[in-house]
Amino acid sequence: MEANISTAEQILTTDGIPLKDSLKKTERRNKIKAFLLVFPLLLFIIVTFIVPIFDMLGRSIDDSQINTVYPKTFEEYKKWDKDAEELPPEEVYKAIYYELGEGDKIQIGRALTRMNYSKSGWKSLIKKTQRQIKKDLKAEVVIASYKERLIEINEKWADRTYWYAMTQMLNERTPIYYWNALDRTYDAEMNVVMQSEERRIYIKTWIKTFKVSVYVTFFCLLLGFPVAHLLANLPLRYSNLLMIFVLLPFWTSLLVRTTAWIVMLQQNGVINGVLVWLGVLSDDGRIQMVYNETGTLIAMTQILLPFMILPLYSVMKVIPPSHLRAAANLGAKPFTAFVRVYLPQTVPGMSAGGLLVFVLAIGYFITPELVGGKDGQLIGHWIAYHLKTTLNWGLCAAMGAILLGIMLILYWLYNKIVGIENIKLG
Amino acid sequence: MEDFVKFERIDKSYDGEVLVVKDLNVDIAEGEFLTLLGPSGSGKTTTLMMLAGFETPTNGEIYLKGTPISKIAPYERGIGMVFQNYALFPHMTVQENLAFPLEVRKMSKADAKEKVDAALDMVELGEFGTRFPAQLSGGQQQRVALARALVFEPQLVLMDEPLGALDKNLREQMQYEIKHIHERIGITVVYVTHDQSEALTMSNRIAVFNDGVIQQLSTPDVLYEKPDNSFVAQFIGENNKLTGTVKSVNGQYCEVDLDSGGSTKALMVNVSSAGQKTQLSVRPERISVGTNASENKFTGKVEELIYLGDHIRVRLNVCGSNEFIVKISNEGNISFKEGDNVDVSWAPDDIRALDI
Repeated sequence: MEANISTAEQILTTDGIPLKDSLKKTERRNKIKAFLLVFPLLLFIIVTFIVPIFDMLGRSIDDSQINTVYPKTFEEYKKWDKDAEELPPEEVYKAIYYELGEGDKIQIGRALTRMNYSKSGWKSLIKKTQRQIKKDLKAEVVIASYKERLIEINEKWADRTYWYAMTQMLNERTPIYYWNALDRTYDAEMNVVMQSEERRIYIKTWIKTFKVSVYVTFFCLLLGFPVAHLLANLPLRYSNLLMIFVLLPFWTSLLVRTTAWIVMLQQNGVINGVLVWLGVLSDDGRIQMVYNETGTLIAMTQILLPFMILPLYSVMKVIPPSHLRAAANLGAKPFTAFVRVYLPQTVPGMSAGGLLVFVLAIGYFITPELVGGKDGQLIGHWIAYHLKTTLNWGLCAAMGAILLGIMLILYWLYNKIVGIENIKLG
Repeated sequence: MEDFVKFERIDKSYDGEVLVVKDLNVDIAEGEFLTLLGPSGSGKTTTLMMLAGFETPTNGEIYLKGTPISKIAPYERGIGMVFQNYALFPHMTVQENLAFPLEVRKMSKADAKEKVDAALDMVELGEFGTRFPAQLSGGQQQRVALARALVFEPQLVLMDEPLGALDKNLREQMQYEIKHIHERIGITVVYVTHDQSEALTMSNRIAVFNDGVIQQLSTPDVLYEKPDNSFVAQFIGENNKLTGTVKSVNGQYCEVDLDSGGSTKALMVNVSSAGQKTQLSVRPERISVGTNASENKFTGKVEELIYLGDHIRVRLNVCGSNEFIVKISNEGNISFKEGDNVDVSWAPDDIRALDI
């Protein structure tokens, strides 16, 4: 093989083409091939993952729907000098009168839900008013003052708190859902304030979600470490059997496992029954272990355990037994050898398993829903609740985005402290 | 010389059915370089592991400087060891690896640093202290492992096939280095290998293992020149074997009828009386070609000539064996070619009548 080196420092191939061009040409085919191979996956991920995530992020700050329903009203509303006049000017009343009377019923209905988030009471007010306006328009009533007419229809139109609540809907983008997800809301002057006492539920839930996730991760590590160690060091015949025991629950339906825990833990369940039979507990002293946080903790730990054991196992499997022997040979007592030689080498497995379990736990839904009862609910419960029951998708999206944010922060922290290249999943 | 290490009637079995080491009795002198040589599964590594404390003898006792050590835990024995795959701790730098045995001995930081630096200098890795093992080449890792086994100044160092993972050139270089370090600091070394040339290069004495039994324990020259039995003859160096029956015994020599016809006079080693079957062993370089000898003279056909630079390997068909190898040193006077018939002969002292 010979290469002609020209005077212009450009290396040519034997055929006289610049070497770089030639290399690019040969590489291009491979690149195209590789791209075509991953293209279906890329498309799949974009359609089913990236787009929905951005849609969700968009929804969490989206407030445009209501702006399409009351464009004129909002325009006039912005001109209202709140210090000078107690109630909005006549133009605002006129605009909302016609927008309610002539607007699309379905769109108004959808906007109502949004209006009710900022102040409850809007729904009935608008509905009653709308009905009356429709009658007015049919009868072609001549109206001198829309303000007076509306207040006549319903006196709440003279209540300035309703009008103030409208301030937060004016922009097409709003952070209100994020504030709501953190038990905060706007007051009449658009200041962020705490929700009223009885409506503060989310911060409590966030903290509980964190607490449960941390505990579950900790218990998984505590229980999973010895199992993974055994799994990695037993002779093949036994370790295979043990591996099946680890994986068997993995292959069983989540629902089945969760309900099995209910059977085990409930007051008339297996564990209580055995304890009473053994005389440890009296019959009326049965412990409540399910439909509370304890139940959530126990069931989630068991269900997420394989996610801790498997990464740990894969890391421990490749730690040569000679390392512990070498440590002993060099004079380290078994405990020192374990702490200084074995444990540090399992860090990639512990952190991978820990991250995996924590991330799964923080968004867990089915298990806490079934065994959590009233005080064992995690944030997933509220996301589902608003998604299905109140249809407050903005709030759902905001909560989802917060979860996503927490995950990204954790990932960043993890990368800072341990280094993401140290993660080892298998 | 007082025995530094003494194996006394050691038996070892893992399953209660098969003995991997049988009735092992070895004395190792202080400062000696003893190699345990043998094929895999011959019990040499097990013997080493019993000395290190990772295996317990099923029977018998091992003494270190007169003290029985069977009940002493490995971490209290103070024996250095170089493992087969080095067993360097991947999460520690070279310095931390070396400091580890000193730290667990509660040595002060300053003293430890001094010792670590000295050990690194000894293996010529002074500037690699802050690297991690994975950033070193195989040969460098090997040196770190060696330095780590020596840094806490044990009197006895065990090495379990430490050069097995290196390529040929590096292996030879390391053999000399280990040998020189041993000579310089005068520690006792017990070395396990299955590579006979490695054993011959480095050792004061070699114990040849087979089937859990030491076949012969002697200095390299004796093992090569005077193997006690056919296993040792076969395992150490190259060897031509012929089979036959002892016809008559005459002092230290005997007359052997070869199975392929003809007879030869051989040195009696492992046979005692006429009528016994025997395996004869003769080294390829002890055979003369084309000379006019009066005894032990045979004619064979040259099957193959292999040119190896300093010597030439000739494969002959002699005495019914076409794997008969002769090494002729290259003095530029090879006068025959493949297909020729040549005369070969050997001295009676060079052909040894061994067991079969």
